[in-house]
Amino acid sequence: MAFPGNLTAALRAGCAGLEVRDQPEELIPYSFDGTAVLQQLPAAVVFAKSTQEVVSVLRWSALNKVPVVTRGSGTGLSGGSVPVPGGIVLCLSKMDKILEVDAANLTLRAESGALTATISGAAEKAGLFYPPDPGSMKISTIGGNVAENSGGLRGLKYGVTRDYVMGLEVVLSGGEVIWTGNKCVKDVAGYTLRDLFIGSEGTLGVITQVLLKLIPPPAARKTMLAVYDDMEKAAHTVSAIIAAKIIPCTLEFLDRVTIRCVEDYAKIGLPRDAEAILLMETDGHPAAVEMEAAAMEKIARENGARSLKTAAHAAEAASLATARRSAFSALARVAPTTILEDATVPRNCLPEMIGFIQEVGKKHRLKIGTFGHMGDGNLHPTFLTDEKNRDEMHRVEAAMQEIFHRAVELGGTITGEHGVGLAKKKFLEGAVGRENVAIMRRIKLALDPHGLLNPGKIFDLSS
Amino acid sequence: MSSGETLASLDYSILQQCMHCGLCLPTCPTYDATKNEQHSPRGRISLMRAIADGRLAPTRGFGEEMSYCLGCLACETACPAGVDYAHLFETARADGERAGVLDHPLRRIVRGLTLKFLFTHPRCLRMAGRLLWLYQASGLQKLARVLGLPRLLPNRLRELEALTPIILAKFSHQLIAPVENPKEKRRYRVGLLTGCVQDLVFADINRDTADVLLANGCEVVTPPVQPCCGSLHAHNGDPETAAGMARRMIDLFNPASFDAIVTNAAGCGSHLKNYGRLLDGDPVYANRAREWDRKVKDIQEWLVEIGFRTPKGVIRERVTYHEACHLCHGQKITRQPREILRSIPGLELVELPESTWCCGSAGVYNLTQPETAMALQKRKVGHIFSTQVRVVATSNPGCHLQISIGLARRQADVRVDQPVSLLARAYRLEKD
Repeated sequence: MAFPGNLTAALRAGCAGLEVRDQPEELIPYSFDGTAVLQQLPAAVVFAKSTQEVVSVLRWSALNKVPVVTRGSGTGLSGGSVPVPGGIVLCLSKMDKILEVDAANLTLRAESGALTATISGAAEKAGLFYPPDPGSMKISTIGGNVAENSGGLRGLKYGVTRDYVMGLEVVLSGGEVIWTGNKCVKDVAGYTLRDLFIGSEGTLGVITQVLLKLIPPPAARKTMLAVYDDMEKAAHTVSAIIAAKIIPCTLEFLDRVTIRCVEDYAKIGLPRDAEAILLMETDGHPAAVEMEAAAMEKIARENGARSLKTAAHAAEAASLATARRSAFSALARVAPTTILEDATVPRNCLPEMIGFIQEVGKKHRLKIGTFGHMGDGNLHPTFLTDEKNRDEMHRVEAAMQEIFHRAVELGGTITGEHGVGLAKKKFLEGAVGRENVAIMRRIKLALDPHGLLNPGKIFDLSS
Repeated sequence: MSSGETLASLDYSILQQCMHCGLCLPTCPTYDATKNEQHSPRGRISLMRAIADGRLAPTRGFGEEMSYCLGCLACETACPAGVDYAHLFETARADGERAGVLDHPLRRIVRGLTLKFLFTHPRCLRMAGRLLWLYQASGLQKLARVLGLPRLLPNRLRELEALTPIILAKFSHQLIAPVENPKEKRRYRVGLLTGCVQDLVFADINRDTADVLLANGCEVVTPPVQPCCGSLHAHNGDPETAAGMARRMIDLFNPASFDAIVTNAAGCGSHLKNYGRLLDGDPVYANRAREWDRKVKDIQEWLVEIGFRTPKGVIRERVTYHEACHLCHGQKITRQPREILRSIPGLELVELPESTWCCGSAGVYNLTQPETAMALQKRKVGHIFSTQVRVVATSNPGCHLQISIGLARRQADVRVDQPVSLLARAYRLEKD
């Protein structure tokens, strides 16, 4: 639906003082996010500097029936902040202030455009800890993290973004502003509306402020790296550690393809014939950490680790973590197009799922490196391909479909931490069922009756 | 880029290598200042790709965007996918120049006089430097400033006048003999590049470089007249002239007859190591250019590679280190300058906050984008103050000048020096 007349002139007239951009050089950089291949030019990009400006944009949008796609730093991996045709991009990167750190209540309040790393740093400065650490945290915004319910490497022990959101300021379609939540640990007054907006991918409202929970930081940590000839053995190690009632803060793995790519790139002396590498870390009270680390070492050896190294100090820990930290960089250099997926299965099905991904790769003649979070079953099968090779892209699509299907069959999900956005829309019904999607539609219509907020993301309004 | 290459003719996979993850954004000074994606590496690459795809023609907006980019290459260090931004950026600026999107009569005159004339004729450049020296040494500049004459100049020129560096009385060829031999046994034969700005403003640092090489068993060969390396041309959209300069340089220093060809200017070094790419399609020079790339070494890189001798002279000083972009990002040299500074007895190295953040010099950026350059200079000087040192070391003439001016503006009692000069001084102190 094209806007009658000059959209940007009308927008400037309707929202006094708002920064509006509409030249091709200004729009092209906002026509994509961190997702491969997806691209759409917006009609305009606007930069809000306050909640009041967001209100004026959503009022104008409702009045003129122009869709709005909200965006922070555009690092999403499912196309959630890719513009929609004829729509405007509402960028919140300039609303980036930390508003309050409350050490008495262990909370932090920030504008939604504040960077995750800035929040993490502000917590640290106050002697506190904000655990969620998505891979893009150096540039991702907290608003985007909440909208996508981002995960990270510490999921198993510390949970995900949702577990740290205590309150939100949200601007609804039409411009109404609500606060949901507060600094109380306990609050059962009515529906917990804030939970509705967490992971809503910008389809229900525009998050403008976030109230976060902070925790005391762990006093000590210990890092280990184990090498295996068999992925099953690595998986059994993880199961046995958890059965021994230890919850490590990190349990990350790399598969054979990833190990080789990392070694080619970083040359850190990884065994090229290994089938799996497991990076393990435990944190907490120093005495507990010592005990847990010793138990984890023992379990890893009992489960057939071919070699095991425990870091003696922080610098050595950092060097052990290099393999995992370079995994994505190493894979990204292999081929022109890198597609990072996040199929997730219950922990105990992990080796089966990894084996399945390797088979699918072979069957479709594709290069797939898999790494990820073994503790929480969140895998990152990474397709190393070329978007210009049409035939190969078809095979990528077929392989993905099989992988998602299998993940759901095993009791898992199509996305652990990236969101549905555009990229996984067509798999949603298969994953959660028609009834669930029907309820989502009703919620969407209740809050955004004209379908103006990030329309066409997660699901379509008409089935 | 090989000369003549355009965004459209470029190997497309270089553009595709950017997976638009956004990890470059927080390291980009212009994104940091604006929070606008258009002024970020990811945004700029999307514009380049649009031009390569034919979705966008080179426009004035595109040209302005490319000149707003500092070319500091911090994005290359941050990039997980290894995007060759320098290559893309130089090609994009050349596309802009070819399309004439920023064309203006005055700009054409300035570019013609500098890029095409002064920086291709080293003798004329020295002549111009000598005239400037006369103006300064005779007291005329001081007189003009006392009389307030610069105030009569238009705004832009007045700012430039204030940036004029102090020209030295002697240039490199008056300080360094064409061939100098070490006192002890010769271990290596090394060619020394004297640079353009370095030659006029920091010839003493070239002398220090030669001394340090001699002290480490290198025979130093320094042709008295050397052409510009072409980095100025390559960075400013004139790859054809840059290729010409590269050929002249290779003719002057036959790479086969040296163990290393040493430069002490980070901006030059970062470009000098890419002659192979620049002359890729050249049937006569391509092979020699590849050999050249292998032989070019930053002085600090070379000293650490050959295991330089630890000096015995003591310099009691707290020193901080500013990393020139084209050393730490362009050449990935970060460890060696620190190793050299730490080797000097008595010298305490204090780490500089944001040491890899651009100081705003960025070639001629402080002339073309004074406002952004000034903001970056202020930020850098603020960090230097926070370390409470009296000496800041850096290894690039552009940074050296930019930071000196920034410190002078704040009337700071902090001096700028270079690691190689400090090392040379430590060696000299051994004899006292």
